[in-house]
Amino acid sequence: MIAYIVRRALYAIPILVGVNIITFLLFFVVNTPDDMARMFLGQKHVTEAQIEDWKTERGYHRPLFYNAEAEGMDSLKDTIFYTKSLRLFVFDFGRSDSGRDISFDISQRMWPSLAIAVPQLLIGLLVAITFALLIAFFRATYIDYWAVVLCVALMSISSLFYIIGGQFVMGKLLRVVPISGFESGIFGIKFLILPVLIGVVGGIGSSTRWYRTIFLEEMNKDYVRTVRAKGIAEQTVLFRHVLRNALIPILTGVVVILPLLFMGSLITESFFGIPGLGSYTIDAINRQDFAIVRSMVFLGAVLYIIGLLLTDISYTVVDPRVRLS
Amino acid sequence: MNDRIIPWFPAIIACLLGACSEGAWNNPYPNGEQASNVVYSSFSERPKHLDPVRSYSSNEYQFIAQIYEPPLQYHYLARPYKLIPLTAAQLPQVRYLDAAGRPVSRERHGAIAFSEYTVSIQPGIHYQPHPALARDEQGNARYLHLNAEDLKGVHVLGDFSMTGTRELTAADYVYQIKRIASPYLHSPIAGVMREYIAGFDAFREEVGARYGNSPKGVWQDLRSIDFSGVSVDDRYTYRIRIHGEYPQLVYWLAMPFFAPMPWEAEKFYSQPGMEERNITLNWYPVGTGPFMLTENNPNLRMVMEKNPNFHGEQYPTYGEAQDLENGLLDDAGKALPLVPKAVYSLEKENIPYWNKFLQGYYDASGVSSDSFDQAIQFGSQGDVQLTELMQAKDIQLETSVTTSILYMGFNMQDPVVGGFSERARLLRRAISIAVDYEEYISIFANGRGIPAQGPVPPGIFGNIEGEAGINPYVYDWVDGEPRRKDIGEARQLMTRAGYEDGIDQAAGKPLVLYFDTPGAGPGAKAHFNWMRKQYQKLGIQLVIRATDYNRFQEKMRKGTGQIFQWGWNADYPDPENFFFLLYGPNAKVKHGGENTANYQNLEFDRLFEQMKNIENGPVRLEIIRQMTRILQRDAPWLWGHHPKAFSLFHSWYKNVKPNLMANNLLKYKRVDGELRDRKRAEWNRPNYWPLIILSVLLLVSFIPAVVGFYRREHGTLK
Amino acid sequence: MLPGKPVFLLTDLLIFVLVLSIVSFFAYAMRKPHLRQPWGQVVRARAGVISMIVLSVYVAIALLDSLHFHPVLENPAAHSEEVQYSGEVISVFDQLVSDLRASTEKTYSAPFAAHLYAKETVQQADGARIRIYPRLLWGGAHLEDPRAQKATDILLLAGVGTLKAAAVWAVLLVLWALYLSTRTARTFPAALGTLFDGHSEVPWRTVSVTLGVVLLVLLVGAEWASKYHVLGTDKVGEDVLYQALKSIRTGVVIGTLTTLLMVPFAIVLGIMAGFFRGWIDDVIQYLYTTLNSVPGVLLIAAAVLMLNVYMSKHAEAFASLTQRADMRLLFLCLILGLTSWTGLCRLLRAETLKLRAVDFVQAATAFGVGPMQTIFRHILPNVMHIVLITLVLDFSGLVLAEAVLSYINIGVDPTMNSWGNMINSARLEMAREPLVWWSLAASLFFMFTLVLFANLFADVVRDALDPRVSR
Repeated sequence: MIAYIVRRALYAIPILVGVNIITFLLFFVVNTPDDMARMFLGQKHVTEAQIEDWKTERGYHRPLFYNAEAEGMDSLKDTIFYTKSLRLFVFDFGRSDSGRDISFDISQRMWPSLAIAVPQLLIGLLVAITFALLIAFFRATYIDYWAVVLCVALMSISSLFYIIGGQFVMGKLLRVVPISGFESGIFGIKFLILPVLIGVVGGIGSSTRWYRTIFLEEMNKDYVRTVRAKGIAEQTVLFRHVLRNALIPILTGVVVILPLLFMGSLITESFFGIPGLGSYTIDAINRQDFAIVRSMVFLGAVLYIIGLLLTDISYTVVDPRVRLS
Repeated sequence: MNDRIIPWFPAIIACLLGACSEGAWNNPYPNGEQASNVVYSSFSERPKHLDPVRSYSSNEYQFIAQIYEPPLQYHYLARPYKLIPLTAAQLPQVRYLDAAGRPVSRERHGAIAFSEYTVSIQPGIHYQPHPALARDEQGNARYLHLNAEDLKGVHVLGDFSMTGTRELTAADYVYQIKRIASPYLHSPIAGVMREYIAGFDAFREEVGARYGNSPKGVWQDLRSIDFSGVSVDDRYTYRIRIHGEYPQLVYWLAMPFFAPMPWEAEKFYSQPGMEERNITLNWYPVGTGPFMLTENNPNLRMVMEKNPNFHGEQYPTYGEAQDLENGLLDDAGKALPLVPKAVYSLEKENIPYWNKFLQGYYDASGVSSDSFDQAIQFGSQGDVQLTELMQAKDIQLETSVTTSILYMGFNMQDPVVGGFSERARLLRRAISIAVDYEEYISIFANGRGIPAQGPVPPGIFGNIEGEAGINPYVYDWVDGEPRRKDIGEARQLMTRAGYEDGIDQAAGKPLVLYFDTPGAGPGAKAHFNWMRKQYQKLGIQLVIRATDYNRFQEKMRKGTGQIFQWGWNADYPDPENFFFLLYGPNAKVKHGGENTANYQNLEFDRLFEQMKNIENGPVRLEIIRQMTRILQRDAPWLWGHHPKAFSLFHSWYKNVKPNLMANNLLKYKRVDGELRDRKRAEWNRPNYWPLIILSVLLLVSFIPAVVGFYRREHGTLK
Repeated sequence: MLPGKPVFLLTDLLIFVLVLSIVSFFAYAMRKPHLRQPWGQVVRARAGVISMIVLSVYVAIALLDSLHFHPVLENPAAHSEEVQYSGEVISVFDQLVSDLRASTEKTYSAPFAAHLYAKETVQQADGARIRIYPRLLWGGAHLEDPRAQKATDILLLAGVGTLKAAAVWAVLLVLWALYLSTRTARTFPAALGTLFDGHSEVPWRTVSVTLGVVLLVLLVGAEWASKYHVLGTDKVGEDVLYQALKSIRTGVVIGTLTTLLMVPFAIVLGIMAGFFRGWIDDVIQYLYTTLNSVPGVLLIAAAVLMLNVYMSKHAEAFASLTQRADMRLLFLCLILGLTSWTGLCRLLRAETLKLRAVDFVQAATAFGVGPMQTIFRHILPNVMHIVLITLVLDFSGLVLAEAVLSYINIGVDPTMNSWGNMINSARLEMAREPLVWWSLAASLFFMFTLVLFANLFADVVRDALDPRVSR
C-alpha cells in the first residue's frame, strides 16, 4: 500500500513538470514579459527603461526555456522556466509579481472557498440521496417518470440563471439574506446561505438522476431480490441493503472532487464577493500576475492527482477485492 | 397556519443566523454599527499600490488621498478649480533664474533657465500613530532595529504593540521627491519629472550606482545622496528647482506623488522579514491626513478611521453661488473630518452593487458605474430626472461634466484615413458628421455626457461655450444650440473625396475601414453594432477588430491601427494637459508619447510651445482658439464626448459636490446615521411569506409519496 | 440559387461535413438490422420522437443560418458594369427573416410594445417640448391607437397563425396518411386513424400532436413577429427574437463541432493506448492526465488570448467581421475539444482493453490478421456506440458551457450572436430601473429548450445504444 502511494507520488512528478511547461507556454505565448511590466506599471507615462528595470528585478529578463548565451547546464538553468518553477515542487510559491507572499494569500483565501464548497457538497449530497431514494422507491410509477423529467429540466438551466435569479428573488424581492458579501465567524453564516442554496439547487438535477441510476442498478441485483423475497419490508431493503451498498460508488465519486473544493468557484465567488481562491485566480489572470497563475495551476494539478490517488485508495477500503498493484 | 405560529418562524431563523436582534436580515454589516455616522462605500478592484510614489489611478486615490497630504489641495467648492494650501503655509513662491543662477524677471522668457519654487509648510503637523515612529523610554526608535526574534508572532502591522508619532518636516517632502527619482520604486511620473526637475538624472544614477536596482532587504538611505534640484532650507521650508518654465508644476504639488514620507517608515518596512509578512509601505500607508487605514483586506474590505493626530482643518466657508442654497455650506467652519470612520466593501459585480445601494447599504453610488445611472430618465436634450422609484426613496442626484474626453482617433500614418491630403481630410470630416455622438451618449452613456467640439472639456480654461465654440465642420448653430450637420452633407463630402456611396470610385471597390478596440465587456456587442451602423450611413463597411488590451496597446505603439477609441483623464485643470495629446513630439509611434493619433502639424506644434508657458488670459485664449481651429480642420480625432459624472446618493449623505480634481473628499462628507437606520429598517423588511408557502407546498407534495408508501407497506400484495 | 456571391466559412463547411456524415451513417445503418434495431428503439420512445422533432427545428434553423453569401449591392458604383457585392456577409436565414433583421428601433422596447421603454423629450409642431414614450418605428406601427387596439390585434394575429398552422398540419397529416396507406396496404381512414393511435408501436399520436404544437408555435410566432417585436428590442434597438434565433447556430455549432473535432484524437489515441499497451499506453496516459490536471478555464482563457494575438498579427487574413468571429468560434470548439477529449479517450481505452481479451479478437490475432485490420474490422465498430453516446451527452453540456465562457469574456467573439453574449449584456440590464428582463429571459428560454430536448434525446439514445443499460 505504502509502496504504491510512493510510486504514484513519483509518477506525479513528470505530470507536474508537464503541467508547468503547458502553463509557461500558454502564458508566454500570449504575454511577453514586456506586457506584464506594462500592465503592472500602469498606462500613463511609462518608459522603456522602467520596463527593463521591472523585468530585471523580477527575473523576467532571462530567456524563456533556453539561454543561448550561457554555457553548459546554465543554458537551461538561467531561464525563466527553470528559476521560476523549481521551487514550486517544494511548495514554495514565492512572491507574486506585485510583491505579496503567495503561500500566505492562499492560506488566507482557502477558507472562504471551503466555507462555501463544504456545506454545498454535504447538503447537496444529503438532499440528492434523499430524493434519489424516494424516486427509486417509486420506480416505474408516474412519480418516477416526472421526477426524472424534472431532474433533466433542472439540469438544462444555465448556472448563470440560478445565480442571477437567486440573488434577485432571495436578496431583492424577499430581502431575507444579504445580496453579497462575506464575513468570517458565526455572523458570516447569513452570507453563506444564498451561495450554498444556489449551489445545491443548481447541482440537484444531475446528482439526483445519477444516484437514482445507481440505486436502480443496485436494486436489480440478485441479493436484493433474495432479501425482498424473504418478505422484508421495502424500507428496510432500501435503507439497510441498497443504500449501504450504493454508497460505495457514490462516495468514491465524491472523493475525487474533495481536493478540488479548495479551488473555489470562479463565478459564484465573483458574484457574491467572496474572497476565495476562485476569485484569486480570476484576478490574477486579469492582472496578468503570472506568479499567482502558475502557483494556482500547480496547486490545482497537485490536488487533482491527490484526488485520483484517494479514489484508488477508497476503492480498496470499501471493496477488499480490489488490490492496488 | 394561524397568526401565532408565524412570528416565531422567522425568529428562529434569525437566531440561527446568529443575529437575534431587530436588525434587518439582509444587513451585510455587523449589527453593532447601527446609528453610527460611518460612511459605507465600495470598491470594485483591489488597489495595486498604496505607496504615493506609485499609485496613479482613481481606485487607489480613493484611499491614499485621505491619508497622505501633499502641500497643496483643490478648494472643495470653488469653481473654476482653485489651488489652496493644505499643509503648506501659503502657495509656493516662484523665482526665475538665468543660466548663471541670477534672478530674472518673468517676462524675459528667453533668458529663464530655471524656475525655483519655495514651499513652506505649517509647523505642528504630526503623523498618524505608527510603529515606525514609536520610541522607547530612552527616546530611541523602538522598531527600527529588529531582528528575527522580534518579529516572532508578527503577522500584520497591528501586531506591533507600540506606536508613536513625530512632527512633519520639510525634509520629509524632499525625501519623497527623492523617492520619485529612485529607480527601484518605478514611479509612473519619473519619466515626466526628469524633464523638469533639475538634477533628476544625476540623482537617479547616483542611487543606481550606490544601491543597484534591487530593493531587496536593504534600506536605501536617500537622505545621504544629494539632489541638486531639491533642497531643504530650514525645518519647515524646501525648494524645488525646475528647468526652464513649467507653470503646471503647482498642480503636481497637489497630487499624492508629492506627499511627505518619513524616512523612518521606509527604514522600518525594509527590515528583513517584513516583506515576507507582506508588511510593506505599499500595503500600510503612513500619513498626516485626516484618516488612517485601520483595516486593509482588499479581498473583502478596507476601513479608514479618523487620525487622532490630525492637525485640524475647517470646512470651507465659501463656494459657488448656489452652494449656500444647496446646503453645501451648512457645515462651514466646522472641524474636519466630519465622520469618524469609513468602510469600503469589495463589490465586483454590478447587480449586487446596485441592489445593495437601493437597499441603503451603500451611501453613494461610487465614482462611475454604468448601472447606477440607469436610475435616471433622460430626454434627448439632456434633461435629467430620477425615476419614480428613486424619488420615492428620496435618492439625490448630482451631476457634473468630467474633465476627461473619450475620443475616436484616426491613425494619421494610415494611407487611407491618415495624412494631410484633401481626400483623407474630407473622408475624416464626413465620418465626423456621420458618427452621431448625440445618439451615442443617449444610448450608451444614458445621457451622461456632452458631445465634444474640441479637445478641451468644459470647466477647463480654453473651452469656449456657445456659438463661437462649436466645431464648424460638424455642427451648425441653430436655435441657440449646436446641431449636427445633415448626413447628406457628409455624403457630399464622401463624393468629393471620391468615395461616392462608400465605393472607392478609383478602385471600384467598397471602402472597408478597420476599428481597433480592446473592448469585450458586457455591452460591447451593442456598441460594435451601433458603430457599424454609423459608418453604414456613408456606405462604409466597418470591420471591428476586437482584441485584448495588451494587443491593442501594441498596435497603437506600432501604429498598425486605423481607427480606435481612447480616452484621457486630466491630471490637472490646464489646457496643456489636453493639447499635448496631439503635440507632434509626443507621437506614440515615433516617440512613445501620448499622441495616439500620431498627429504632427508644424503650425500646431509651434503654437503649443507658445501656449504652454503663458498664464491664462486673452493671449493664451487666442492661441488656443487658433490651435482648436487647426485641429477641427484636420479632424485627426472625432472629438467624441466628455462624460458626465452622475453620482446618486441617499438623503442621509451630506455635503456632496462633485470635484473632479480633488481626491481627498471623504473629510467633507457627513452622515445622518439615525435617518439611515430608519430608512434601512423600512426598506428591508424581510418578506418571508413566499418562503413559508413554498416549504408548505414542498411538504404537501410529499403527501402522495407518504400515502403511497403507507399503502405499499400495509396494503395487500397484488 | 443564392441572391449573391456564396461565402464558405470554415464552420459552415465543417457543419455540412457533419450533416453529410450523419446522413450517410443512417443510410448505412438502415440497411444493417443490428444497427437499425437500437435506432428503432429511439423512434419508439415518446421522449425520443418529441425531442427529435423539436431538435430538428433548431437544426434546420442552424443549417439555414450556415449558408452564407455576400448580397448584391443595391446601389453599385456609378461607372461599373458588373454586379457588385457588398462586403457584408449574411446567411439564407437572414434573408428569410430580413424583416426582423432590418426592423431596428432606437433603443429598448418591451415585448409586444408599441412604444419605447423610456420617455423622451419630443418637440411638437408648435415648438413646445413634452416628455412622452415615443412610438416605435416598426413594432405595432400599423395601429392607430395601440392602447385600445393592441390586445385585439394580437389575438387576431394569433387566430390567423392558428388557422395557418392547422391548415399546414392537416395537409401534412393527410400526405403522411396517404403514404402510409400505400406502403402498408391499409385503407386511408385506417392509416389516418393510426396517426392518432396512442398504442401503436411508433407513438404516432405523439408525433402528430408534437408536430401540431411546433407548427402552432412557429406560425403564430411568425404572424406576431411580422407586426411586433415579440421579445422586445435590446439597447441599440435590435430585435431580441432575431438575436435569439441567430444564437441557435452558435449553440449548435459549439455543441456538435467540438465533439466532432475531438473525436478523431480520442479514437486514435484511445484505441492505440488500449490495443498496443506498453510504452504507447504510458505516453498517452501521461498526455491526458497532464492535460486534465490543468484547470480548464485557464486553458481556454489562454487559448482565446492566443488567438487574439494571432489574429492581430495576421489582420489581413481576417478581413471581415464574420470571418473573425467564425475563426474564433472554430477555435473555441477546438480548445473545448482539447479539454474534453480526455474523458472519451479514457473510456475508449478501457473498452479496447476489454475487447482485446475477447475471443474473436484473440482469434483474429491468432490467425495473423494485422493490427490495423483488427482495429478497423473488430475494435472500431464495437466502440462506436460509446462515441455516439458521448456525442449526444456532451452536446447539452457544451451549449451551457458556451454561455458561462462568454459571460467571463473568453467565449465566442463579442460581436457574434450567442446566448452567452446575450446574458452577458443582460447583466447590466438587470441592474436597470425599471428592469429590462426580456433579453435574459429570451436567451435563457431558447437555451433551456434546446438543452432540455437534447438531454431527453441523449437519455433515449443512451438507453438504446448502451448494452450495459438493462432494457
